[in-house]
Amino acid sequence: MKVAISSSGAEMSAPLDPRFGRAPYFLVIDLESGAVRAIDNAARQSAGQGAGIQAAKAVVDAGARAVLTGEVGPRALTALQGAGVTVCRFAGGSVRDALEQFKKNALARPPHAAAPRV
Amino acid sequence: MRISIASGKGGAGKTTIATSLAVLGTERGLSITYLDCDVEEPDAHLFLHPTPGEEQVVTVPVPQVDEQTCRAAGVCGDCGQACQFSAIIALGEQVLVTPDLCHGCGACVLACPAKAIHETPHRVGVVQTGQAGRIHLVQGRLDVGQTMAARVVRRVKALAPAADLVLADAPPGTACPALEAVRGSDLVLLVTEATPFGFHDFTLAVAMGRALNLRMATVLNRVDGYGRDIRAWCAGHGVPILAEIPTSRRVAQGYAHGELPIRKDPEFRRRLEQLFGQLVGTAGALQR
Repeated sequence: MKVAISSSGAEMSAPLDPRFGRAPYFLVIDLESGAVRAIDNAARQSAGQGAGIQAAKAVVDAGARAVLTGEVGPRALTALQGAGVTVCRFAGGSVRDALEQFKKNALARPPHAAAPRV
Repeated sequence: MRISIASGKGGAGKTTIATSLAVLGTERGLSITYLDCDVEEPDAHLFLHPTPGEEQVVTVPVPQVDEQTCRAAGVCGDCGQACQFSAIIALGEQVLVTPDLCHGCGACVLACPAKAIHETPHRVGVVQTGQAGRIHLVQGRLDVGQTMAARVVRRVKALAPAADLVLADAPPGTACPALEAVRGSDLVLLVTEATPFGFHDFTLAVAMGRALNLRMATVLNRVDGYGRDIRAWCAGHGVPILAEIPTSRRVAQGYAHGELPIRKDPEFRRRLEQLFGQLVGTAGALQR
């Protein structure tokens, strides 16, 4: 199984970025092999709406079955859940910390996202 | 002849001036069509007090995907590649449509090799008509939570009945709805609040008008000391100032009661009559 973590940098030691759609990177970690792949999140450059949906597509296309992040917008959450991806929230710390917490099954799952920003 | 009344900054006095110009036009025997294109907060009706007429629903054609046909063709994702707004996107084995992001361009329908997409109407707002004396009012109203304001503006313009003078009251700013409101006008009258903030946004509005190759003029509103910078800029950039309107307590008091300032302040009326003459002269010169 692969897990995608929103990250402010391309390394496991980087702080987790709390904004899903606008995070600079996603680190996609293969839990079986331990392999780590950094994806540049092109959606964060998007001036208009729809960044969250593009970001959701990027992690789904990378094969992730779970996402660890801070806040997920309503559209991205709909997209991720529709694609069968589990979304988990992590308050603060490094990507490595988030992964450890996830492995211990100690992360919260959002019942719903913030209201749409119009 | 269509004159649009626009401004960079909100609250500069577009509706106050546009409604007054409409009434001055009827006093001169002209038929007037008033387009309230400020569809996120239409308020001209508060001053014109029209008797309500018809209402039409405005829709955007949004894609609907036949999942079986799409899956049978392998969920290629070409629709999502074609969409510039992420309104349709292939996620794994399914295609996700977000109607609120859809601009109704139809690119996804053309891009789909399996012909699995057809369009269905998605409501974004209404257009209402009304009559106030010789003023025919057409007002757009965007539904709460919707974002496709330019669509509603376009429909307001399409439903405008012919008249001696069409006045289009544009939304503030320089984004898509404002562009749509001023597009195709014979003249854009920019209402400029005589403050540094008003000046700054006025220059943005002039850039918008230039990009659309539109004829522009301005009226300085609520002049109360500040204004020298704006006059110099206008002289240097070829934007004529057709009138200047001083700050007036009587105008503000009338506004608060939904009354037209031309009926509350003789000085305001005098300046607006001057503006009306200049405006019709400027736009008329263009038509000849």
